[in-house]
Order: sequence, then structure tokens, then C-alpha cells
Amino acid sequence: MKKMLNKANLYWLLFCVGGYALLMGLMSAGIIDAVNQTVIQTIIVNIILAISLNLIIGITGQFSLGHAGFMCVGAYSAGVMLKQIGGLNGFFIGILIGMVINAVLALIVAIPTLRLKGDYLAIATLGFGEIIRIIVLNMDITNGAAGLVLPRVVDFTILFVFMVVALLIVVNFTRSAAGRACISIREDEIASEAMGINTTKYKVIAFVIGALIASWAGALYAGNFYVINPGMFTYSKSIDILVIVVFGGMGSMTGSVISAVVLGFINSFLQSFSNMRMIIYGLALVMIMVFRPSGLLGTREFKFSSLFKRFTKKKEASQ
Amino acid sequence: MTVFFQQLINGLSLGSIYALIALGYTMVYGIIKLINFAHGDIYMLGAYFGFLAITYLHVGFFPAILISMALCAILGVVIERIAYKPLRNATRIAALITAIGVSYFLEAGTQQVMGTSVRAFPQVLNNQVFNIAGLRITEQQIYIFVTTIVLMLILQFIVKKTKIGRAMRAVSTDSDAARLMGINVDATISITFAIGSALAGAAGVLVGIYYSSINPLMGMLPGIKAFIAAVFGGIGIIPGAMFGGFFIGICEAIVSGYGGSLFKDAVVYIILIVILVIKPAGLLGKNVKEKV
Amino acid sequence: MTILKVSDLTRNFGGLCAVNNVNMEIDEQELIGLIGPNGAGKTTLFNLLTGVYEPSSGKIELNVDGQMKSIGGMKPYAVTRLGLARTFQNIRLFKDLSVLDNVKIAMHKNIKYGVLAGIFRLPAFYAEEEKVEKEAINLLKIVRLDHKKDEFAKNLPYGEQRRLEIARALATHPKILFLDEPAAGMNPQETGELTALIHEIKEKFKVTIILIEHDMSLVMSICERIYVLDYGKCIASGSPEQIKNHPRVIEAYLGEEI
Repeated sequence: MKKMLNKANLYWLLFCVGGYALLMGLMSAGIIDAVNQTVIQTIIVNIILAISLNLIIGITGQFSLGHAGFMCVGAYSAGVMLKQIGGLNGFFIGILIGMVINAVLALIVAIPTLRLKGDYLAIATLGFGEIIRIIVLNMDITNGAAGLVLPRVVDFTILFVFMVVALLIVVNFTRSAAGRACISIREDEIASEAMGINTTKYKVIAFVIGALIASWAGALYAGNFYVINPGMFTYSKSIDILVIVVFGGMGSMTGSVISAVVLGFINSFLQSFSNMRMIIYGLALVMIMVFRPSGLLGTREFKFSSLFKRFTKKKEASQ
Repeated sequence: MTVFFQQLINGLSLGSIYALIALGYTMVYGIIKLINFAHGDIYMLGAYFGFLAITYLHVGFFPAILISMALCAILGVVIERIAYKPLRNATRIAALITAIGVSYFLEAGTQQVMGTSVRAFPQVLNNQVFNIAGLRITEQQIYIFVTTIVLMLILQFIVKKTKIGRAMRAVSTDSDAARLMGINVDATISITFAIGSALAGAAGVLVGIYYSSINPLMGMLPGIKAFIAAVFGGIGIIPGAMFGGFFIGICEAIVSGYGGSLFKDAVVYIILIVILVIKPAGLLGKNVKEKV
Repeated sequence: MTILKVSDLTRNFGGLCAVNNVNMEIDEQELIGLIGPNGAGKTTLFNLLTGVYEPSSGKIELNVDGQMKSIGGMKPYAVTRLGLARTFQNIRLFKDLSVLDNVKIAMHKNIKYGVLAGIFRLPAFYAEEEKVEKEAINLLKIVRLDHKKDEFAKNLPYGEQRRLEIARALATHPKILFLDEPAAGMNPQETGELTALIHEIKEKFKVTIILIEHDMSLVMSICERIYVLDYGKCIASGSPEQIKNHPRVIEAYLGEEI
């Protein structure tokens, strides 16, 4: 217990609570207007999506383009339950159902396809994502192409709490033995296996955790933005998430968070340019990749502990 | 049975178009290991080039195809030089994101210039219908199929028999070694992009004629399906892409013909996954185990 | 006591017979050399023994708790878990990770907390991680890399990378350690240090060591027994003295006598 309350963890706790209080205060004071509130809600959903995909692509090195499919399942599970049961109860039951379905789906997808490498895996997962979407499109309970119109049951607090929990899970996983195993698969699968690591097992674990967290993101989206339809979960959505991850730096969770925030605001800023928006966005992607191909942060992470080290070093130097 | 053969014929036309796009994917992948996500949009632009040539220059079928192929080739080379060349030594995923950026740019740019609405593609071919043994074959279908076959034969000739084809094969096997042997790698890659894009341009005009309508987002889905066709046949392998294209086109047509049009895309993906699980390197690909 | 027994082991690649009817019997804590001209099948034999390739025919048996257990065709990670560890001819470190992490990863099979304990940071997580860190640093001390523990593996000089690979293999707690050309690319001084290191490891960890090496001075000075491969066949085995004077070995290395 003592070790859990170390300095760095305490700072993180303060950071989260402070961030929450600050945003909440600014919102209730009306300094953050309704438009920007929507932007922040989108950013939170995108952060959850990005870190869950980053776990699969950045940490484990498995190139998946099917993330929108898992988000879709989460969104529709919550959406259907909101319709059937209603209220926050329905929402949380929906999340649970979504997680169960996604866990099963992720296993079905992972076991045959994770043997594939690189681009083959990418296209196979893209196919799975699209199959999920097409099934949803042709079901009655999901109301087909028209989608579902839902009440808003999620508030900022719920969004924020889910984001923090998702971050905790992903970061703690990455820094545990299992996370090290996943990273070693990314670095060199053959060496990893020669070191006694069951590579298939850890690929599947990372994939399933990623899918489960993506289903939260979907559910939060459904509970927050009133409307869901299958057209929102095409492979382009997977690509949008991928862009956030790569832009932030594959393997860096800090990078994913910063990148989701930056891209979220760029997107909302470009909204007023309507047609020019995608032109500028496309050009920006090309420029970023040409000038910074490893993303904003590469694989680096922000750590309070290294911040301390820097401070103490500076003090020592000045003395 | 008539339904089956009728859909087989329809599938051959659709498959021709997929195959032409898939060839560009496979050639570019073979040479620089990049999934050129913007390739579907080059096909879309090919359709627009054909549309403009026919509408404003009042040319016929063959000049329209040639103009479109030439313009697409130039476009492909320009894109490669500006966007992809600086990333040749970056990670593959960075190059992929760049390709996605290019794709967004081309789609949105076309929407900006040509408008977002669907446009009618002018009819340059007589729409004569032949009835053979109860099957319906249109003149357009014959043109599409024959054009595709001729282009593929030319491509096979270039790759197998010419100096530039040999250079392409050398660069795709080992670009560093090719460079040491005095091959101009940059020029070879440019030519590969030019040829691949030209084929996509031809496919664009053909599809415009076939469906007689075009729009700025028409490249997305066929782009993905053509890529699937390329993977299906074994990416990087030219006959694989042809075969994959025809196979996917025919499957799709047959599924639609038997009333499954809502699920026709799902069927394509299922076929893909099944093939990859059984034979991870594609139908004609060789399974290479990494050397330890 | 026999720890590893190879009987009639064969591996074909298409028409090529890379390893042809090889028989070996290795005792506990022996130091075995495996030599032969380039392309003789030495690395393929290693790959067969460590599970990278499946044998075409023949048997590989490992002594697990006094019982001979067939391990031919088992997955590499399973073989490693039974106590076989290796280094690679072309160094395969986790290049973009720190020296310390390279070793920690290899300790995976002996870490006793699960995925959930890691995610929720249960006490087991902290206790085990502390142990892992200590042991990893100890291993790095043995190969004299502890002062570089936070360096990226790719930034180490060649000789140190080879030593790190050995430390990483030791971290799996092996019974048999396979070293694939450990002295390749080293200068004579480094080779000398490596020779001392191999001796030290053998004494300290009581492991059996099997090494492939082209540096004959190293092989002849430390190996107790040597197997010679040529064209996939085992053409000779015995003590360094016997091997030096074996007519077929001389033939394989120098060509036929005139």
C-alpha cells in the first residue's frame, strides 16, 4: 500500500482532480461555451479510442484497422439498452453487454488473424470491422441504416471518470510484466518467443483489452451525442483513430492524449471552413508525417518522476 | 443457371475494373511496400479526367481513356515525388498515414473544384445489347473487358520483356542492391507509380461509362476492394492482382444476383479473411519464414 | 547424467537436406563446441533444438526433472520454458529498449503475478517487480554492463551487445545455453574476455553450454567436447585434441588431401 502512494502517483492524482475541477469550473461559469463543451466531449471519447488502439498498434505492434467495429458494438449495445431499459441503468447494462460481446468478438478475430503480419493483419482486421458494421446495418433491433436516436444520459463527470480509468488500465498494463512482453513482441517477435514469451497469448490479451476499452468509447459516444448510425463506424473511423495514434507517437500514451486534444481543436477550428476543412486536414497529415514521421512524442512518455530528476539535477547544478 | 451466367458476365466487367485498380496497388506495394490509400482517388480522378475530356474536348472513347491515363500517370508521379519520396526511409505506418492524407486531400480537392454532387457521365458508346442464349451482354461490357485484357497484356509485356520492367523487378526484390548495380531507383519508382496510376485512370473512365455517373467519393470503396483483391491474389504479384480482381468482382456480382446485395461487401471481406487464414501470403504468394 | 539427446535428427528445406541424421548426447554441465564450414547446418541445428524449426524426422529429448521428454516441434517459448535459452548469430536484441528492460523481458517466465495484478497494482506486483529489478541488475553485473543499464541496447558497442544477449538468455534461468557465434566480430582482447566470461557463467549457473564458433582458438581452449558438421552431417565428435587430428575434419576445412 505504501508503494502505491509514492510521490509520482500522488501528483498524478492531483493532476487529474485539478484538471477535472478546472474544466468543470470553466464550464459551469460559462467560460467554455456549448460548442467547446462538445469539442471536449469528442476529445475525451477520442482519447479513450486512441489509447486503446495504441495498446494494440503502438505497444504490441499489431497493425489493426478494425477498431471502429469494436466501437460500433459498444455504441449499439449501450444504444439498444438505452432504448429498451432507459436511463443510466440501461446505459451501464449496455456497457456490460457490449464488453461481453466485444470480448467474444475480439477472441474470434484475434485467434485466426493475429498470426498474420503487418499489412495482411491490417486488411483482415479492416474486413472484420466492416463485417460487424454490415451486420449491425442489417439488424432490426438497431434500426438499420437510420440508426438510433437516444437521450443524453452521460455527463462530463462520467466521461472524465471513464477516461481516467481507461488511462490507468492501459498505462498500468504497459508497465507490468505483461506489458513488457507486449513491447518485446513489437520489437522483435522471434527474440521475444525465444525468451519464453507466448507471443500469441499476449497479442490476444492486448487485442481484447483494446477492444473492451473501445467498447466503452462507443457506449460513451452513444450516451452523449444523441444519434448513432452504422455510417459512423466505417473503416474511415478506424483510420481517424489511427491518425490520432500515429500523430501522437506510436507507443506513447501521453502522445495519444496530446494528439487527441490538438487534433480535436484543429478539427473544430476548421469546421467553419466547410469544404476546405478536409483539404487542409489532408495537407496537414502529409506535412506532419514528412517532417515528423515518428509522431509528436515518438515512444516517450511524460513522467512526474523524470520531472523530479530534472529539478533535482538543476538544483545540484546551481549549488 | 441463367442468373448465374448472367452474373458471371456482369462480374467480369466489375472484376475488370477491380483488377485494373488492384494492379496499381500491387505494383506500388511490390516496389516500396506502401499501401497507397490514395490509389482509389486516382481512379476517381481518372473518371473525372475522362468526363472533362469527353464533355469539353468532345473526344471519343479511346482518346478519352488515353488522355485520362496520361493525366493520371503525371498525377501519380507528382504525388510520389512530393508526398511519398521524403518518407522512403520512415516507418511504413508513417507512409501509410501520408497516403491517407493525400487521399483526403484529393477527395476534398475534387469536391471543392467539381462540386460534391453526382455527375452524369456522357455516353460515348452505343448501348447496343446482344442477346446470346438468353444472356444479356452490352457493348459497354465488351469494351470494358477487351480494354482491360489489352492493358494487362501490355503491362505483362513491359514487366517481363523490357529493360524498365527488369529494373522494376530488381528494385522490388532489393532496392539497395539494384542501386549498386546502377539502376536509377528513383526513376524506376516513378515509372511504377506512372504505370499504376495510368491503369487506375483507365479503370476510372471504364467505370464512368459502365455506371454513367461519377462523384468525388466514388474511389473509396472500390479502392478498398481492389486492395483486397491484391491481397487475395498475393500482394506484389501482378497475376495475383488480376486474378483477385476478377474473382472479387464475380463473387460480388453473383451474391447480388442471388438477392444478397445488402451483404455483398461482407461476403468480400469474409472471402478475404478465409483466404488469409488458410494461406496468409495470398493465393499465389509464397510463405516466407523470416530467417533466424 | 544426460541432459539432451538428439537421435537421427533430419531437416529438409525442399530438396536441400540442411541437417542430416545427426545424433548427439550431451551431459549436464558440459561445454560443447559445434563447428563446421559455412553452410554446414549449425544454425539450422540450433533452430531445431530451440523450436524455431520443426524436425523433418528424428527426435530431440530433454531431461526434465529426471524424465526424458521429447521437445522436437515444440514452440520456441515452450522450449525456453523447459530450460533452453539462446543467443542469435545476427544479434536480436530489443534495440529500442533499455539494457535493463532487455533483461527484464527475458525473466518473464519466472514472474509470479498475473495480468490483473499488474493492471490493479496489487501488492504482488510491487514485490515481484522489486525482485526482478534486483536480479536483472545482478545479471548485468556479471556481464559487466550494470553501469549501462539505462542505455538503449542499440547504442552499445558490438561486443557489449553480444554480452547483453548472453545476460538476456541467462535471465530465463536456462539449463542449457546455446550461443550462436558469440565471438563473431570481436577483437582478440574481447574474445579473451568472452572466454573468461563463458567459464564464469558455467561455474556460477551450473549450465550446460553449447556454442557455435568459427574462432578455433576459443573453441579449442574452452570446449570439452566438439561436434563437427559438414553438409548437414555430423562427421566427427570428440575432444579438441581428437578433432584437431581427425582426417575428415581436416578434409572438410582444407579440402581433399592430394
